[in-house]
Amino acid sequence: MMTLQEIKKSLFTSLWFMFLTFPIMVIKVNTIEKTIEWRWERMAAVGLGAFVLSFVWRYLIQRKEAGKKRAEVGSEDNVPLIPRLMSDRRFYMPGLMATIVMVVAFPFVFSLYQTNVMITALIYVVVGLGLNIVVGLAGLLDLGYVAFYAVGAYSYALLNVHYGVTFWMALPIGAALAFLFGILLGFPVLRLRGDYLAIVTLGFGEIIRLVLENWNEFSFGPSGIANIPKPGLFGLDLSLQQSTTFIYFLMIGLALMTIFVVRRLQDSRIGRAWIALREDEVACQAMGIDKTRTKLSAFALGATWAGMGGVVFAAKTTFINPTSFTIWESIIILCVVVLGGMGSILGVIVGALILILLPEYLRAFSEFRMLIFGVILVMMMVFRPGGIISDVRRTYKFEGLGNKAENRGE
Amino acid sequence: MLELLDIQTFYGNIQALKGVSLEIAKGEIVTLIGANGAGKTTTLMSICGAVPPRSGEIKFEGRSLADLSPNEIVALGISQVPEGRRIFPYLTVAENLDMGAFLRGDRDGVKEDMEYIYGLFPILAERRHQAGGTLSGGEQQMLAISRALMARPRMLLLDEPSLGLAPLVVKRIFEIIRQINAESKTTIFLVEQNANLALKVAHRGYVMENGRIIMSDKAENLLTNEDVRKAYLGI
Repeated sequence: MMTLQEIKKSLFTSLWFMFLTFPIMVIKVNTIEKTIEWRWERMAAVGLGAFVLSFVWRYLIQRKEAGKKRAEVGSEDNVPLIPRLMSDRRFYMPGLMATIVMVVAFPFVFSLYQTNVMITALIYVVVGLGLNIVVGLAGLLDLGYVAFYAVGAYSYALLNVHYGVTFWMALPIGAALAFLFGILLGFPVLRLRGDYLAIVTLGFGEIIRLVLENWNEFSFGPSGIANIPKPGLFGLDLSLQQSTTFIYFLMIGLALMTIFVVRRLQDSRIGRAWIALREDEVACQAMGIDKTRTKLSAFALGATWAGMGGVVFAAKTTFINPTSFTIWESIIILCVVVLGGMGSILGVIVGALILILLPEYLRAFSEFRMLIFGVILVMMMVFRPGGIISDVRRTYKFEGLGNKAENRGE
Repeated sequence: MLELLDIQTFYGNIQALKGVSLEIAKGEIVTLIGANGAGKTTTLMSICGAVPPRSGEIKFEGRSLADLSPNEIVALGISQVPEGRRIFPYLTVAENLDMGAFLRGDRDGVKEDMEYIYGLFPILAERRHQAGGTLSGGEQQMLAISRALMARPRMLLLDEPSLGLAPLVVKRIFEIIRQINAESKTTIFLVEQNANLALKVAHRGYVMENGRIIMSDKAENLLTNEDVRKAYLGI
């Protein structure tokens, strides 16, 4: 399988890497003694490393290709591992129990810091599931999604500063405002698709951020808004520990609600209209699907979850300013969806947990954090383009009247 | 039932239809034949609202279709089988059919119709849980027609159902078109390049050239007409 040619290619790659890294890896100028150190042994290390990595890469690619061929020839029940485990009750029930116990026990077992990190991850689960409606189901690439997140966060912060609106009031208001903004953005971009849509939404995201940054009278500019109250629980006085635990469970509840709603949406006719719209707009029109309304509903519903996530975010950090809502944030949320598996609820959850928790725990290697992150993303797209847990759509049986009659007859 | 009065349709500055008038009565199969670029598909697009005409009037059961969006026109009872089939490749056959019934709320009726379709095309029943994209060209065309029927249309617009299909499959599809017309009294407007077959199935026919209707007659008369025979039947 691994032919001489592969070895030759890997050799070439390693030579190329040795050449590329030569200036930084080998030459070291000592500015005090004005001498040049030549560290040739490093070059050898780079060469060997590049050779091995390139070889492994080629091997993995080859295995993937071989696997594809096998799958084409092989049987039809080629269901991925995780959905298969999910459908098996023996694994499913204990797994579910363990997850529930873990989720409930988490804030009592782990430290405040860990709980806070988990809350952030849960916010991303909710927001990611929202974006999943737009990107995963309706196939509209939205790069300005964080704008709706900002709308949610700022609507709570501002309403609280000016009118003393509480968290529980702000949650639906933030969601509604984000919904409204979703429609507002939706209208002009309805005719666009693919790259063009991505660019326009990117612009929209930046506009919202720049408005927040520069309109001092409205949003207090770059200095942001501080002292945003945490969510209250029947007027009880909560300690920091208690209120964090409370937000944690609040987020668990919100995440569960999101999962439930998104699931229902996915299985509904409007959910299938989104999928159909992603596949063929002309055919959708011929089916009598209102393109405008379907796209708008995807945009607005996606935005709603971002709004709710934003409100919780503001309440959790108690301080917001425009730097929390940069394009980078949009990209992360998009990565959550794409990496986890577009259209797959479980995938988005896993994606959010990995993408938010991984950088937190990689703080020890903070210099290489982005590097590792990038490498993981590239590897993912090559070896699992469908995401970690790719979407296995539930299909519908539509057993007809005739069949039922037959069954009864038997 | 459907009436087109002096329709003029443009793509930007290019005029595709230069005053098309035609009429389709209830229960008829009417075919529109013509060469490439004559404006056949544009006529269909104008009817279903995808490319609204700039002037002229389209009336369906006495009601003007101007200012109606494509989905509202479907809701009135005009279903279209688009050119090139355009089924949803990642949805299963059953889901494709259900998308056809998108505007309908009567679940039992939808189920009944699905059974009717499966009776009409047994191959679709066999493949009902298969993704649409895995079907052969002929099966996809059957699915496209079935999907349009799922809306329980009073009028069915077919755009080149013979496109890219083997002669035997084409024959089968045209038989089905006849059967649909006879059984459920659906009015059918058939746009075709395969003039010979289309005229054999249809009751009446229109011949189109350069955005104008140049001839209209009973189908059997058109079949024997010298000019039509020369230009479109290759005899």
